[in-house]
Amino acid sequence: MNRIGNIFILCLLSGAFWGAIYGILVTLLALLVSGFEFQPQVIAATAAGIAAAGAMTGRPAAQRTRGTFFAAIACFIGVLLLLTGFKPLGLGLGTYTIGQIIFVALLAWLVVATVEMIGRGYGPATEKRYNVEVVILRFLKSFGLVFFTIAVALPFFVMVMMSLKNQQFLLANPLDFSLDLSVGAAAIFRSYIELFTQYNFGTFLINSTMISIATVVLTLIFAVPGAYAVARLKFPGQDFLSRSILLIYMVPMIVLVIPLYAVFSQMGIRNTLWGLLFVYPATTIPVALYMLQGYFRGIPAELEEAGLMDGLGRMQVILKITLPLALPALASVSLYIFMIAWNEFLFAFMFLDSVNLFTLSRGIAELNTSEVPRQHLMAGAVIATVPVLVLFLWFERFLVAGLTAGSVKG
Amino acid sequence: MSKPTPPKGLGPLAKREMRFAYALLLPTFLVVLSVVLFPLLANFWIAFKPIQLGDLRTPSVLVNERLMDKLETVGAEGDIRYRVRNSSRKSDIEDIVMTDTVPASLTILSVDERCIQDGQNLTCDLGDYEGGKREDIIVRVAATQAFVDAPDNIKDTKPVFEFVPENALLSGDFTFENFSKLFDSSDFWPVLWASLYYTIFGTLGALVMGLFAAQLLNMSFRGRSILRGLFLSPYVAPVIAVAFAWVLLLDAGPGGTLNALLQQLGVIEAPINFLGTRAVTLDFGLFTFDFPVALTVVILFEVWRYFPLAFLFILARMQSMSTDIYEAAEIDGATPIQQFWYISLPQLMGILAVLFLLRFIWTFNKFDDIFLLTGGAAGTRTLTVNVYEQAFAVSNLGAGAAVAVVVFAVLLFFALIFFKFSPEDDA
Repeated sequence: MNRIGNIFILCLLSGAFWGAIYGILVTLLALLVSGFEFQPQVIAATAAGIAAAGAMTGRPAAQRTRGTFFAAIACFIGVLLLLTGFKPLGLGLGTYTIGQIIFVALLAWLVVATVEMIGRGYGPATEKRYNVEVVILRFLKSFGLVFFTIAVALPFFVMVMMSLKNQQFLLANPLDFSLDLSVGAAAIFRSYIELFTQYNFGTFLINSTMISIATVVLTLIFAVPGAYAVARLKFPGQDFLSRSILLIYMVPMIVLVIPLYAVFSQMGIRNTLWGLLFVYPATTIPVALYMLQGYFRGIPAELEEAGLMDGLGRMQVILKITLPLALPALASVSLYIFMIAWNEFLFAFMFLDSVNLFTLSRGIAELNTSEVPRQHLMAGAVIATVPVLVLFLWFERFLVAGLTAGSVKG
Repeated sequence: MSKPTPPKGLGPLAKREMRFAYALLLPTFLVVLSVVLFPLLANFWIAFKPIQLGDLRTPSVLVNERLMDKLETVGAEGDIRYRVRNSSRKSDIEDIVMTDTVPASLTILSVDERCIQDGQNLTCDLGDYEGGKREDIIVRVAATQAFVDAPDNIKDTKPVFEFVPENALLSGDFTFENFSKLFDSSDFWPVLWASLYYTIFGTLGALVMGLFAAQLLNMSFRGRSILRGLFLSPYVAPVIAVAFAWVLLLDAGPGGTLNALLQQLGVIEAPINFLGTRAVTLDFGLFTFDFPVALTVVILFEVWRYFPLAFLFILARMQSMSTDIYEAAEIDGATPIQQFWYISLPQLMGILAVLFLLRFIWTFNKFDDIFLLTGGAAGTRTLTVNVYEQAFAVSNLGAGAAVAVVVFAVLLFFALIFFKFSPEDDA
């Protein structure tokens, strides 16, 4: 049996890669959590990764046991400690001892588990192209997962942590996100409390909620009959409408802003929530109509015809048969519209001048000055993000099904 | 014998259905008409008008009323002066009529020729005032005993005006100046290029990343639904929240997380001003290249924020693919990459084309993202940001509307191209 085959080399390479990447990531994590100035030991971690990969995948696939796994972990830690002179994260083991032990163990486990996953079932000998591709794709996928997770989560992580840290501390040491839990919840959440007590965020929250819910209701009132007509009734222009309704959604908002600003200013409804309640549904109705008509088409027409035969009028058919059947679509469309209205920035920014009318987006824009400390800005961002994110994640499956079903065919 | 022919036009039932359908669609039509189509046309109108942000305030008539002389004895004569002016320097006011009541303790001796006296009441027809006009109306009065005993303040009765202000939006002034200035200005082409760069790379980046992410989550493993939720969150979170998080993350001053991280890692020596650097010159020996830093960062933000949409739709499409074809390919010995390239990708082409079209147009229309990240500084001013810049930062509504017309024209151009070359079956 050829012991050094292509799979084995691939595993060594991925061990080196993941040793370096995880070495950097875990060290930075330790740095952010503890506030100590750890330095990533990239070269040592790379070498340790190669050694651990050799120990793990050097054995034939069938013989890799739990023991092999722990041997590889031990091998990683041993090489890392030796090459760094017992400073695995760049500082002596004397400082932050328990934390260092935990982080080094975490690092070793991550590297070995990833390499094990990449090489599982294959190697170490030369294998055919299919298996090589599987190993390479596993490597790419593990890289992709780590890359996307960090890229997506980092801004949110920074948002939350900055909202909890005092600006003075962060200016002195921008990487120290450690939280001193002993100071108590009131001190940690101080910026949130101040936003609600001194910056009217309670009002903004209520305004945003009211506007968003009203937009959803208005949109549905307009879009449901329209969608029903487009989906079910025959009339000249039906085909054209069902194709072109989405074109409205392509019109740039910025082109509408100047005329609406001018006209609303002269009519005296610019700096009012009514003005927003006029604009928001108009921009959401086309997309709601489009999504709903896609769903209505999927409801068997026989059900409605049965209702018609039994003496219901068209309106009653819509209310008693179509709408109950379309509840999932209504829910997902509502959620989507709520999200659009809640997140809307441009019109809120252009239209609203009075503080007591601000929506959350508008209120946060006001915090972006040098007079307001950063933790307030980030706390405002968190306050605006959490409700819509929670709502979305809660109903995610619902929303995804509705979003994609209405608009994507086949 | 006449040949049977199909009935012409709609029958009564079909007509009823048609009327019902139109009735159901009418409210939507009206709302869309008033908030989308009307402003669209109004924008063209404004683009040809010399109108500033301040002109939106309609002009009104201001007056300062004063008794010019001290009247301390009975029969003493003096002037009441109404100094009337147009509050606007530019807009005209038409058909101004002033009415006022002079206190009974003063006897009106003579009035301005444009005024009519009716007892103590005055009605003055002042005609039209052009922008900036001011004039005095004099009313000569004599004091009575009552006035000498207890002088009335003539300001107690305020003059009342009726007038027709000129509406700057509706006036008949038109100009091509907005457009000629726009095309003559030195930054028109850079703005257009920035827009195109942003749109093309933002769209492609979001699609490629979405495709990659969809491949990752098209397999089952523990924590998959958590990751799916996480991957969608940039799209769901309010733009203002994530944009400011990025701004603070990329901050070049002390406290900027990314710069501190990179310095800690030894990658960079000094902090990089990611959102404030127009370009760095890269030297490749044979040629040099000005790499646009800030523009790249806002494109990355666009990719970061909108890859979830592509991801969502591509994943949905992939999960609706039948597995038979993959099983057949497995048996024929196709490798994973071949399966992706020859089986998955062709099936995804339809949705990718649709996503490209939608995202291209939406990215081109995007305003908030760049506005919040850089405000259009450092070479990131796109056409949409320029609309805001001209209309509200420079306060020239007409110029802003002219840029908006260009936005719309470019969009129309792309739309025509897409519809000409788009395949029939999808979308």
